[in-house]
Amino acid sequence: MPSSTGIRTRPEVEVRRLGRVPYAEALALQRNLVEERQAGRVGDLLLLVEHPHVLTLGVRGDGGRSHILAPSDVLAARSVEVFETGRGGDITYHGPGQLVGYPIIDLKPDRRDVHRYVRDLEEVLIRVAADYGIEAGRVSGLTGVWVGSSKLAAIGVRIARWVTSHGFALNVTTDLDYFKLIVPCGVADRGVTSLAALLGRDVDQTDAEARVVRHFRDVFA
Amino acid sequence: MSTEVVMPQMGESVTEGTIVRWMKKVGDTIDRDEPLLEITTDKVDAEIPSPAAGVVVEIRVQEGETVAVNHVVAVIGAPDALLAAAAAQPAGLDAAARTAGKQPSTAPSPGDARPVASGEELARERSSPLVRKIAKEHSVDISQIHGSGLAGRVTKHDILEYLEHEGLGGQTGPAQPRAGDRIEKMSVMRKKIAEHMVISRRTSAHVHTVFEVNFSRISGIREARRLEYERAGRKLTYLAFIIKAVAGALQAVPLLNSSVDGDSVIYHKDINIGVAVALDWGLIVPVVKRADAQDLPAISGAIGDLAARARAKQLTPDDVAGGTFTITNPGMLGAQFGMPIINQPQSAILAVGAIEKRPAVVADAVTVQTMAYLALGFDHRIIDGAVADTFMSNVKHALEHWDPDKA
Repeated sequence: MPSSTGIRTRPEVEVRRLGRVPYAEALALQRNLVEERQAGRVGDLLLLVEHPHVLTLGVRGDGGRSHILAPSDVLAARSVEVFETGRGGDITYHGPGQLVGYPIIDLKPDRRDVHRYVRDLEEVLIRVAADYGIEAGRVSGLTGVWVGSSKLAAIGVRIARWVTSHGFALNVTTDLDYFKLIVPCGVADRGVTSLAALLGRDVDQTDAEARVVRHFRDVFA
Repeated sequence: MSTEVVMPQMGESVTEGTIVRWMKKVGDTIDRDEPLLEITTDKVDAEIPSPAAGVVVEIRVQEGETVAVNHVVAVIGAPDALLAAAAAQPAGLDAAARTAGKQPSTAPSPGDARPVASGEELARERSSPLVRKIAKEHSVDISQIHGSGLAGRVTKHDILEYLEHEGLGGQTGPAQPRAGDRIEKMSVMRKKIAEHMVISRRTSAHVHTVFEVNFSRISGIREARRLEYERAGRKLTYLAFIIKAVAGALQAVPLLNSSVDGDSVIYHKDINIGVAVALDWGLIVPVVKRADAQDLPAISGAIGDLAARARAKQLTPDDVAGGTFTITNPGMLGAQFGMPIINQPQSAILAVGAIEKRPAVVADAVTVQTMAYLALGFDHRIIDGAVADTFMSNVKHALEHWDPDKA
């Protein structure tokens, strides 16, 4: 859409805050929306959700099953669901206190670069961390956003005909004990952290959400 | 007519991709734009649609394999390709695949009239910006590297492997003594230690993790019990508490009390903790047997006895055999923490740093506390970081919450 200055700008990304959504439901919704986006029936979207406790497995090898450290009865006792996804990659934990973002964005025609897309997602989260006075960064070869040697946010992306799905999981007030159930994304010698753990205080989920939205719109403008 | 499907260029700096999954198999019909395969590069998965309608006549790259961008991964034939081929050659699918796969080949044939470029030109022309950047940074001539990519193209993997091996090749020769240097033969013990350390480095995938532990509580308990122990002719050392805490943690996390045997892991029933004792003439590791079954006074007695006999050169072979885990104590000489080498065939080793008073935050106030760093070296072949850290947090918890009645 041409703006008054004659510079081509994108329509603003539509944000849908869905609250607490079971993983399977979010997955089905994304599949549906990816098709809608491919067909041009919807514009670029950012879904923001929170999942009940779930361990999600990838498709490669055993999908990271060997990275579950806890026996299945422990998982059951802590009401952690184990879910096999269609994505690549290793095992990941999602749960309360974690801000999960699923951008459904068409990278055509001018942003067809998967590395750039991942870097952009990392940039959004690095800026959110900076808002809280936290210096977060990238670690070469390890996708995600890191503070020192601890992972603050995980990123895993799927692209079909240049329409994105899956996305990022930012630990806001996540109970980090749950990560002890797994080796996050197969990276064994690095830890996991959250905004609350880094700040040593509680962090308001709505506040974090607002910051994610603002920086997402800036970076993906 | 058939169409080749290539590994797509998913971004400027993307040079290769891994096939995650084929959604179609040879013989399946497919529509144009219907998903054919899924690839992954870093943490990005992409679904690749078929560039043409027809039949999958050939799949050239298997799931899990990584190939360079533009490498042909599959061939889509005309809808009747398989039937025609099958009619001409009853050999079936394989033959059909081969026939159909040959026609559109882009590899230069012997009769190709194109002028032959020099290897270096070709390599420059064909390597990605990333590979060229790495080559420039390391002052490497790309034409010297064997390329495994399409038409001999040098992939990121090729150049990284080349750099790694070059690094080893660049070693300098043995040290030459100069005038005034003293030459001394190694003792048998020194040679054994040397061999043991190098073998361990080569055998295990060493990783280290460091925990800070507050020993103030233990310090208080030691003070309270000092006289009682002295009257019995014993010393209640920090080491005794650490051995007891480690024994408990090994029971909770048995993988740390194991050994690798070929492609098996042996979980040891007994918890036998070796304690590295520095001697004027080297190092020896006597073993506290069944540490899990002994109480603190018994462990204290065992350490005192073993250390005394080690210094008097009176250890028996049995005293140094059967260890399943080792504790070393670089803190004795003031080290904050050490990064120990695993005592083979064990899987983990704990280094105790200096136990000293430091400012520390307790209940939001900076106070003087007795603190130390405990560093664990572990074999990442079988022990993942989360397991090692679970073990360490177990040790830390035991030491920081010690029951004064159990001393």
